Amino acid sequence: MSPPNGKKGLQSAGLRTDASRRRFLKLMGAGAVGVAALGAGLGSLAVTKRAEGGTEDPTTKRPRRWAMVVDLRSCDGCQSQGKPPQCTAACIQSRYVPEPMEWIEVYEKDLPGGGTQFIPTPCQHCQNAPCVNVCPVGATWATPEGTVLVDQQRCIGCRLCMAACPYDRRFFNWATAPRPPETAFVKYSPENQLGAPKGTVMKCDFCPEMARVGWLPYCIQACPNGAIYWGDLEEDLATNGEKVVTLSRFLSENEAYRLKEDLGTQPRVYYIPGHGQGVGRDSYKKGRLPTQWPWKETVAGAKTWKRSGQ
Amino acid sequence: MEAVRPVKEFRKQLEERVLAPLTRTGKGYYLLVGFLLLVVGWGLYAYFTQLREGLIVTGMRDRINWGLYISLFVFFIGISHAGTLISAILRVTKAGWRTPITRMAEFITVVALMTGALFPIIDLGRPDRVLNLFLFGRWQSPVVWDILSITTYLTGSFIYLYLPLVPDLALCRDRLAGLASPWKRLFFGVASLGWRDEAGQKRLLGIAIGMMMVLIIPVAVSVHTVVSWIFAMTLREPWDNPMFGAYFVAGAIFSGIATIIVLMAILRKAYHLEAYIKPQHFVNLGYMMAAFVLIMMYFNLSEYVTTGYKLAGEEAFHFRQLFSGELAPYYWFYAIGGMVVPGLIILFPATRTLAGVVTAAVLVNLGMFVERYFIVVGGLRVPLMPYTPATYFPTWVEWSIMAGAVAWFGLIIAIFSKLFPVIAVWEVAEHHEAEATRVPQPQAEAQSRRYPYAVGGGSGLDPDAGAPTPGGGKAP
Repeated sequence: MSPPNGKKGLQSAGLRTDASRRRFLKLMGAGAVGVAALGAGLGSLAVTKRAEGGTEDPTTKRPRRWAMVVDLRSCDGCQSQGKPPQCTAACIQSRYVPEPMEWIEVYEKDLPGGGTQFIPTPCQHCQNAPCVNVCPVGATWATPEGTVLVDQQRCIGCRLCMAACPYDRRFFNWATAPRPPETAFVKYSPENQLGAPKGTVMKCDFCPEMARVGWLPYCIQACPNGAIYWGDLEEDLATNGEKVVTLSRFLSENEAYRLKEDLGTQPRVYYIPGHGQGVGRDSYKKGRLPTQWPWKETVAGAKTWKRSGQ
Repeated sequence: MEAVRPVKEFRKQLEERVLAPLTRTGKGYYLLVGFLLLVVGWGLYAYFTQLREGLIVTGMRDRINWGLYISLFVFFIGISHAGTLISAILRVTKAGWRTPITRMAEFITVVALMTGALFPIIDLGRPDRVLNLFLFGRWQSPVVWDILSITTYLTGSFIYLYLPLVPDLALCRDRLAGLASPWKRLFFGVASLGWRDEAGQKRLLGIAIGMMMVLIIPVAVSVHTVVSWIFAMTLREPWDNPMFGAYFVAGAIFSGIATIIVLMAILRKAYHLEAYIKPQHFVNLGYMMAAFVLIMMYFNLSEYVTTGYKLAGEEAFHFRQLFSGELAPYYWFYAIGGMVVPGLIILFPATRTLAGVVTAAVLVNLGMFVERYFIVVGGLRVPLMPYTPATYFPTWVEWSIMAGAVAWFGLIIAIFSKLFPVIAVWEVAEHHEAEATRVPQPQAEAQSRRYPYAVGGGSGLDPDAGAPTPGGGKAP
């Protein structure tokens, strides 16, 4: 695991005096310190009960409505780092994501003029989620905060949700996924999918246990360019760990869009158009380094499979 | 028509011929059952491999996450329409020639449902949790609609198979008293529900069959509509299609007719039923199949012309893979082998024979299986995001389970054929009696003209008429 990203500290916490704001920022910023080094093992230990969200806006007492904003102007697919995309890498390393799953996957999309853009794509946490609609046993559901979770202890593995997801964001345990020995005592919860058995579906869960204890999701912490923001539509704030923005204004003024808006799925993940120009990427410089699953090397006889076919 | 034999003699021969398989079993039958059991066993071995290792032993992966199993589910539920729906339609329209074939059609329905319903469970990642569907089932999910409609259809089809069986089971009880094994006699005794051929019993049975034949038609239509909604309720471009329900129902009836034809040919040969199942029956079913060739072609045309004209979104990709790309061999086999060639075979009098119709039916079944396959795999293959299209090909486990399921289908039919008469004796006899008494009266001629679609209404299909049949089919 990469060392903690020191530049995203609590320095922004003093920007406002309003108590609730300060709490929000504390919540957001605290996670940046040292979390990564601890890894998911301890992070998950913090959440042992099977919870469904349980975070609320301190002023309105209404549940938070989590959202994510990806500023594509700042995403260069980690070309400048000479590394595979760091959001994906951090997600894989800290949540022990089995190969070949990429809960947040950086797609390279062709632009009309011939160049490309990189699109980091986590689960879109749709508010009209096709996967939730079709699940026959209620094993996938939306929390009051609007995140979509999977209960792998109830999932029957029919994979209708995978057929229904228009974003290719659901993954199946085709065999028993490996599990490192240091996680032996981590208790399973839908918010921490470690220990999901074979024959069940997994996906990005928006790191709800992180939000509860006041940390940013791993992908956001790991982004070297601060391209990903974590926000709350209820309190109308978002941060990438460095900057704090008014979420609605940030979205409007930067012409944010959502993927496949015409399908009516109403995702909670927003994108600000761009191709990495904010961090000096030439849109004609194509390709990114392939994703790796280094943690699996620590597990003897780890079973993996391919994403697209045998 | 003048050659109608005395009613009693006809009935006696019919009973002898149809009940023969229930008392005498040849070596060939045991060999067949042994072989089928072996294949079923092999399929079970493959399934246990899959249970042990997980679905990793299949060719499915995240992007093409359904394959052969779901295709077979759709296919078998499709051929289940053979029976009940077709026999119900023929009963409702009072097509007299139906009587020797309805029993087989109804067999197919029950057996195909018993086979098809296995596949979603075989396909489950966690078959151990299948009870969750009842503990936590959500009415919002198409899977739950499927369970509801398929169990309703299975129950209804079973009743619809059983009701006309009652007089025949009583017949077995009476005629085979000394011939059948003790347990078989017990079975006939219990299952015939004290049938004594009384007028009151006949009236009640008539009412019950009449109700079931009307009720079962909407249930059958709903089943395949709901099966198609598993696909049509998603946002995938080739599946997101309001026509899907009707297209699936038409395809189901199409492959159902083909399956009856194939099974009729096999049982006719195996149990020497040439006197009752005549070439004309095959030709008549061939006509029905030809009508569905046209309906299927129409569905293909209206789907691909309307979407292909615009090529919106990913349709361009889907068109390429279907018509000239990876799935083109499947599509063209289906279009030419499964629709055009069978249609032509039935169009020309020279090929519109028993052998011709059976060949066409085999082609239709293969074509429809391939169609189910490319609908499932093709729909999932269209990329959702900017990635290289995935590949899928079934592994030995999937092929073995498929072979096991087909053998299971054959095995149950083989066993059924030893437990019940494969031809509805009382219905055929009644039809014969009606013809024998009605024919000389001119009024009856007018009656049969009222149903011109019941080809050969009262003449060509009368088991004893020996009259020349239209379309080159010669009575044996």
